Amino acid sequence: MRIPLSWIREYTQFPESGTAEDLMAELVKVGLEEEDVHRPTDELSGPIVVGEVLEKIPEPQSNGKTINWCQVRVVPEGAAQTLTHEGIDPSGIQGVVCGAHNFEVGDKVVVTLPGAVLPGDFRIAARKTYGHVSAGMIASVRELGIGEDHDGILVLSRLGLDPEPGTDAMELLGLYDSAAEINVTPDRGYAFSLRGIAREYSHATGTPFIDPAAQISTAPTATAQGRHDDARPGHEVTLTDHTPIYGVQGCSRFVTHKVTGIDPTAPTPPWMAARLRLAGMRSISIAVDVSNYVMLELGQPNHCYDDAKLDGGIEVRRAAAGEQLTTLDEKVRTLNLEDLVIADQSGPIGIAGVMGGARTEVDATTSTVIVEAAHFDPISVSRSKRRHKLPSEASKRFERGVDPLLPPLAAQRVVDLLVQLAGGTDSREVTDAGAPVLPEPILLEPTLPEKLTGVAYTQEQISSTLEAIGAELRQEGEHLLVTPPSWRPDLTIPAALVEEIARLVGYDQIPSRLPVPPAGRGLTTAQQRRRGVYAGMAAAGFTEVLSYPFYSEVANTRFGQAEDTGKPMPMLRLANPIANQHPALRTTVVPGLLEALRRNVSRGFTDVALFEAGSVFHPKAQLGSPSIPDLGAYPGEEVLAGLDAGIPDQPLHIAAALSGAETAELPGVPGRRRDWADAVDAAQKVADLLRVRLEVVQGRHQAFHPGRTAELRFKGARIGHAGELHPKILEELDLPARTSVMELDLSVLIEGSPEQIIAEPISTFPPTTQDVSLIVAQELPAAELQAALVEGAGELLESIELFDVYAGEHIEAGHKSLAFALRFRAEDRTLTAEEASSARAGAVALAQQRHGAVQR
Amino acid sequence: MSTPETPHPLDETAIDHAVQQAVDAFAAAGDLEQLKAARLAHTGDKAPLVLANRAIGSLDKTEKAAAGKLLGGARGKMQKALAARTAVLEVEHAERILVEETVDVTAAQRRRPLGARHPLSVLQERVSDVFIAMGWEIAEGPEVESEWFNFDALNIAPDHPSREMQDTFFVEPPEAHLVLRTHTSPVQIRSLLTRELPVYVLCPGKTFRTDELDATHTPVFHQFEGLAVDKGLTMADLKGTLEHFARQMFGPDAAIRLRPSYFPFTEPSAELDVWHAQAKGGPRWVEWGGCGMMNPAVLRAAGVDPEEYTGFAFGMGIERTLMFRNGVPDMRDMIEGDIRFSQHFGMEV
Repeated sequence: MRIPLSWIREYTQFPESGTAEDLMAELVKVGLEEEDVHRPTDELSGPIVVGEVLEKIPEPQSNGKTINWCQVRVVPEGAAQTLTHEGIDPSGIQGVVCGAHNFEVGDKVVVTLPGAVLPGDFRIAARKTYGHVSAGMIASVRELGIGEDHDGILVLSRLGLDPEPGTDAMELLGLYDSAAEINVTPDRGYAFSLRGIAREYSHATGTPFIDPAAQISTAPTATAQGRHDDARPGHEVTLTDHTPIYGVQGCSRFVTHKVTGIDPTAPTPPWMAARLRLAGMRSISIAVDVSNYVMLELGQPNHCYDDAKLDGGIEVRRAAAGEQLTTLDEKVRTLNLEDLVIADQSGPIGIAGVMGGARTEVDATTSTVIVEAAHFDPISVSRSKRRHKLPSEASKRFERGVDPLLPPLAAQRVVDLLVQLAGGTDSREVTDAGAPVLPEPILLEPTLPEKLTGVAYTQEQISSTLEAIGAELRQEGEHLLVTPPSWRPDLTIPAALVEEIARLVGYDQIPSRLPVPPAGRGLTTAQQRRRGVYAGMAAAGFTEVLSYPFYSEVANTRFGQAEDTGKPMPMLRLANPIANQHPALRTTVVPGLLEALRRNVSRGFTDVALFEAGSVFHPKAQLGSPSIPDLGAYPGEEVLAGLDAGIPDQPLHIAAALSGAETAELPGVPGRRRDWADAVDAAQKVADLLRVRLEVVQGRHQAFHPGRTAELRFKGARIGHAGELHPKILEELDLPARTSVMELDLSVLIEGSPEQIIAEPISTFPPTTQDVSLIVAQELPAAELQAALVEGAGELLESIELFDVYAGEHIEAGHKSLAFALRFRAEDRTLTAEEASSARAGAVALAQQRHGAVQR
Repeated sequence: MSTPETPHPLDETAIDHAVQQAVDAFAAAGDLEQLKAARLAHTGDKAPLVLANRAIGSLDKTEKAAAGKLLGGARGKMQKALAARTAVLEVEHAERILVEETVDVTAAQRRRPLGARHPLSVLQERVSDVFIAMGWEIAEGPEVESEWFNFDALNIAPDHPSREMQDTFFVEPPEAHLVLRTHTSPVQIRSLLTRELPVYVLCPGKTFRTDELDATHTPVFHQFEGLAVDKGLTMADLKGTLEHFARQMFGPDAAIRLRPSYFPFTEPSAELDVWHAQAKGGPRWVEWGGCGMMNPAVLRAAGVDPEEYTGFAFGMGIERTLMFRNGVPDMRDMIEGDIRFSQHFGMEV
């Protein structure tokens, strides 16, 4: 909401010298957040004066254009020029070249003199053009930054003005005024008006407030019949709603007020246009401007219909099947059965509270206007607005709640202004259908304000603040019965009243106290384990990345689970993704990591090791729940269990991606390129950090190099993959050759990680090391041979390490030689050579028996 | 070297002379190699004293003892000189090796550089630790969430603007009522439903809104929200908690300010500003988050009796906190995964 300062001064004691910043500093105290300042003089400075066109000589040019060489008087006749800037003629008459033609000799126009600055840092100076020295400019509204130009030059007489030449045109056009913009929270619809803001200013400063609604002198009083005392029967209006939303009638009150004989082409006075502009609205025509002005002033959206275009009585109802409406923006809209419409006998003429229709619009031939001011259900307006994607100034206010007592006053105010500015006549033909729905009284416990805020407000503070916001109070025994003012539909519970008391007395009055919770248990085991893994990965050289979980379906299919199930990969999709090519939620972390990897490579970093841990999403058999429980009530365990059953599985995955060299070649040290084994090692690091054992077996996965894929298992179940990515995919994704990745289900590993680790005895006896070289079939995985050796060696084996793999000369084709170092140690004695050899023989024997291994 | 004459085993002068020659040779040896040669010359098989010793066998029985004593003494002197010289030369040798092994230590390059945590993750952990230290616990929940937990339980009515399509990511089909959580508040509800009262939890995590990525917006971001529900909690407790927290994050001079505001799940509600003494361009108030007293409707939805218990809640964005606390100018730096961004922070924030 933008607040022109000249306007708020009408209703408050905001000082003449006060700036927009000063106003915002006061308003923020009561919860109206500062947003911006709009000050035309930030972009515009004089001398900009009124000029009288003395002479206008058309001069055709060789380029086909005709320019006008004009003499303009910029001082009152007989007076001397007092301005002295270079290019300002002491005679008071300026020679100006003008390309526009929509003005005549004798017209009063706006002249920007040398030294003036226009929006866009356009500096005015005397300059040679078309064979003349043009010393200034005859300005259009566009050039002054005060509107879209339809008519070329701004001719003041057409605004009904006849000022002296030399008059400060910036003053005349309201350009010294400025506006404060504040952010209005969704509960405070009333603050979308000068009336509401002025009231808040008075709360913030304790200064008096003049209610503009109370200034509408001719406002008729309502009678029990909904008619005004001196009013004559107005336009026929019926309110019907057979399908109210949540049982609330779509329209509770609808006022029409007829004004006759207006001149729809009457100019909008500059002061009004200036205020509208500062408030962020364009000046369009007198009828539209007056309507908007009253909306800004009082907060009541309203609408003007051309009476001649209305076909019979008005009906407010839900739309019928298939009905269409061409709205004011010239778009044809197909209406929904839930849309509340305003209709005449020919069909809809507006979507209630959202936008009017083109058919009944006021135009340049309109004479009689039916002014509408109504009260609509916020939810109905909100839904129509969303359905038709039509956020408007009206819907913004209705959604947040409008004072239900305003309609007759606002309609009267529009009529008064049309009488005053457009020559109309108040017909006194008024209809007031329906009745205002007012806020319900609230019982306030006297202890509640202190119970919620910690401030012991006095009885006097409580009642004076509530009265200040316009509430009516009545003592009910211990309690206070508070009837909120008509413009505060947001006040529905006692806590809301406490907020009003607290904010008016001041949040700075609330003391500070540190509560003492019961003794805490610290991080959970899982939380600690996660931190350990992430810190360990970072210490091991991996840089953490946090990527978006929005993927293409292809990315999920390619990098998600291995394609050995024969079924398409289940995944969740968004109904409204940011990018249509990324509609799916990730089932794997890898694509995001690869994107980050590619970005680093393209920025010149080719040696990269990244990791990311994050949720992935797998739909369960039950997806969501068909209905959800009501607002603000405990749904019960069974219903809650039903909701939880529909929440997708969201395990935590960790993935790493590596490319380039781990260590660069250094003086005296050979570098080392990363490869598939680094990916396996990364997975093993995660397992080591969690003290769990990961099994690595030869695997297959569509994204990986078919011969360099490790399947990662935990307790026999597959939990991920590691290895080199498929060269084709690397090429397609523009990633470095040999880029390797690993991904595993971290949730499972953390779950399986030991809660507590029991110490093992440490033998102080010396070890005995023996090597063994075995020749086995080429396809036998090293891990399987090693497993046989471990099993065969028995308890004395302390560790085993593969230190050589060889195939070639001296080894039978299709075979390879694997060399292991076996280290034996006993807990209770020094081993003899015989004992160690015997254990080694046991290992070899089992390897031979199980895998046909032959000692080399 | 000419072979010296073999002295007679009883010729004391000749023996002394041989000893003296040996001692001189040892002393003249400049390194262990030369010393070895001298040793072989004077104690080896052909050395004069060795030959003299061998000659004892041919002496008279009466002469043998005297000759033995004479030659034993001579051998002793020689060995002592050899040992002393050996010790000196060995020390010299060791020192020389160390000198020869001298390197240019400034040529050392990083072998295996450290990786880095993402500063958002580290900040999240740091925030968690502040609350852990106060006795709070860290609660977590799903990112794809039921609409009820994300909205209805929090008193956000079905037609509230924040439920509109432009803010919330809906999972297909919309009839399943699943969304990407727009805040971590659903975790507050889950905490109240599953934990024993009183509850003091901090809920950090990933959140989602349909904003396009630019310098100050991202569709995926992180929040931390706090919830305390106990008997007798007031806005004073909220203020005290936030003040303590602000000082942990921004130093002992940090201050906070509450401004009236509106959230469907709190009443009264407030915006939270923090006094940022180190702000670029001078100290100023910075908008930090929202907070307030739990709306009784929210407590009821979570099965808590609002007559008996009151509570407060607050929430801040981790990205925003990192931006103004650590001077990150552009949100995109946090998203893109450029290793320079995280590595600048390393393991700290």
